[in-house]
Amino acid sequence: MSAIVRTEGVGKKYRRRWALQDCTLDIPEGRVCGLVGPNGAGKSTLLGLTVGLLSPTVGSIEVCGGQPAVSSAQLAKVGFVAQDTPTYAGLTVADHLRMGAHLNPRWDDAAARRRIDRLGLDLRRRAGQLSGGQRAQLALTLGLAKHPDLLVLDEPVASLDPLARREFLQVLMEAVAEEGVSVLLSSHLVSDLERVCDHLIVLVDSQVKVSGDVDELLDTHHRLSGPLREEQGLPSDQSVVWSSHTDRQSTYVVRTDSPILDPAWSVTPLGLEDLVLAYLTATPTPSSASASAGRGLEVLR
Amino acid sequence: MIWMSWRQARTQIVAVLALVGAACIWLAATGPALARLAHRNTYVYDLLSRNDRLLFNGGIAVLALAPAVLGIFWGGPLVARELETGTYRLAWNQSVTRRRWLAVKLGFAVAATVVAVGILTLAITWWAHPIDGALGSRHGGLPSRLSPIPFAMRGIVPIAYAVFALVLATLVGLVLRRSLPAMAVTLALYAFVQIAVPLWVRPHLVPSTSTTTVISAGTIDGLSMDDAGTITLSTRVAPGNWVLTDQTVDAHGRPAALPTWFNSCLPPPPGPGQARSQAGAVTSRGTLDRCLTRLDRAGYRQHVVYQPASHFWPLQWVETSLYLAGSALLCFLSFWWIRHRLA
Amino acid sequence: MIEFVLDARSGVSPYLQVVHQVRRALRLGLLVEGDQLPTVKDVVASLAINPNTVLKAYRELERDGLVAARPGVGTFVTKTLADSSLAAHEPLRRDLGRWLGKARAAGLDDESIEALFMSTFRAMNEEIA
Repeated sequence: MSAIVRTEGVGKKYRRRWALQDCTLDIPEGRVCGLVGPNGAGKSTLLGLTVGLLSPTVGSIEVCGGQPAVSSAQLAKVGFVAQDTPTYAGLTVADHLRMGAHLNPRWDDAAARRRIDRLGLDLRRRAGQLSGGQRAQLALTLGLAKHPDLLVLDEPVASLDPLARREFLQVLMEAVAEEGVSVLLSSHLVSDLERVCDHLIVLVDSQVKVSGDVDELLDTHHRLSGPLREEQGLPSDQSVVWSSHTDRQSTYVVRTDSPILDPAWSVTPLGLEDLVLAYLTATPTPSSASASAGRGLEVLR
Repeated sequence: MIWMSWRQARTQIVAVLALVGAACIWLAATGPALARLAHRNTYVYDLLSRNDRLLFNGGIAVLALAPAVLGIFWGGPLVARELETGTYRLAWNQSVTRRRWLAVKLGFAVAATVVAVGILTLAITWWAHPIDGALGSRHGGLPSRLSPIPFAMRGIVPIAYAVFALVLATLVGLVLRRSLPAMAVTLALYAFVQIAVPLWVRPHLVPSTSTTTVISAGTIDGLSMDDAGTITLSTRVAPGNWVLTDQTVDAHGRPAALPTWFNSCLPPPPGPGQARSQAGAVTSRGTLDRCLTRLDRAGYRQHVVYQPASHFWPLQWVETSLYLAGSALLCFLSFWWIRHRLA
Repeated sequence: MIEFVLDARSGVSPYLQVVHQVRRALRLGLLVEGDQLPTVKDVVASLAINPNTVLKAYRELERDGLVAARPGVGTFVTKTLADSSLAAHEPLRRDLGRWLGKARAAGLDDESIEALFMSTFRAMNEEIA
């Protein structure tokens, strides 16, 4: 399977601060990839780089086999729903569709109108008069109707009520089932990502902590709890993601490809939310196995 | 993209065309009468009604402001508004590259501005033509079209000013990313340029004519004395010429002040209760003539540098080219900025 | 046509929930041979889950021989589980009933009974595995 997004050592610097550092990713096509991390971690920056609104300070990025935003053909391959789903407040819904039809070569007007119809949006209503959920649906329609290979969404449901959120994801998933479009969306609500994503990227403090297939991640991460034990006491093929100790007990979240054989550990299942939280709250500990010391933070691929 | 530019600018275009249309109707209604009046009378200035004079000055004001207003209010938000509301994230994801997007948007605005200001300028020039530079029999008159202020409102330069203001505002909006600050900064920059050009640049755009005249009653138009007691002479110039320098030079050709003995040539100001008699006037006139002859023999001349009325159109073309060249440079900068600095 | 529900909090992965719900429907006779399962598009449009999840579930059911996918048409049931309904295992049911009676008599409450069953069940599975 070819990669829909491929980055190599990408970094983005604003004045003095690095918003994104050393990002190397390989996102396969045909997936719904979730990008999760706390606010300010660099999610919007990474997404901005994929759609060409930003250009990297260092490193290279390749989207759908080409440089982002470099030509009309390239722009046609990528759809984008930005944060707060921007629309032209003064233009009507119909105007937005017309804009899309004029400006996109692969525009499917019939499908767009069908969708708008199903959503019950009034074509003559100005975008500024729509509710938040309706605006988000309009932005989604605009992004989907141009028939992109990749649809990028920046926290599309963050400010929506539960019903609007559910409806948005329903429309999105239906489009994925129907058209096979790849999706890259960011969110800080892991519960939503759990439903829709089959690929995950965790971004903390401008760096990628982990990236991979959701099933594979869930299979290879385990929560171990047992009597107090130092990290050095763990086998070398288990890399520690997160640890917590009391005076008697140790709890670890480890990543390993081999089974846990030590009977002293009780292994409890790890859901996706817990896995993400482990990475988000991981305290920088010197790794016992990895030689990438000197960086403090574990960077796992 | 053309449809999109039109749709986004729809309200502005309609408003501007409506105003221009209204102005043209009013001008067309009053113009022919004015032309007839001017045709029949040399000192038409006296015959101008208050309304006409108001319209004349109004026309000047409108044409002074129109290019700036149009350019700044349209160009300022052109890109800045999209940047500050965030809609650029929608616009720049459509399958149009940024530069093409800017090119069409800006091009559309320039075209519309040229048409609107062009029509307005033509109309007002046509209307004011009969009375430009009109003189009154005793005093007063309207400035000729070559003098700095009306020059900026006749012919074709207003169009170039408008395009310049528009492109400048767009670039400033691109850099500052906020509409209101962009409009304010552009206004300041534009005002500076509009003051600097007539002062320092325009006189040199086309070679001026310079003459040296003998000082006599026939050539001198008037005397003036300032608070310090210095007297300056002003030469009689044909109407329609734009005087740049008018100074007294001595026998060696250097600018010099009038000799001190000249002060006694002037008739004393009438004292309280002293009536000015005919005889007194004749005497003072005779004294003045003798003084002027004495000046002439001493080698004093009046040096005048001016742009003749015939240079009106050459000056218009050169200044238009200058502003359009400036606009092209700013355009280029805008394209560079949007591609390389806004990412 | 059956309809799926998703319990986001159950800790069971979505695709397994789909598999279980199909099996349960088959056992209860809600689905019989020849019935069409909901299309991936419809499931996804109502549950807002990843299409690959549904595909994975349908593929597993196909591997188990319960359904068959017909490209371009849909996925259809090929085998009913209603035969292996409770009626066929009546002796087992009676044995279980007797064991439950004994557990109650020993003083175990519901949770203890369940815990006892689950731990024994798991231990047996591990032995087999």
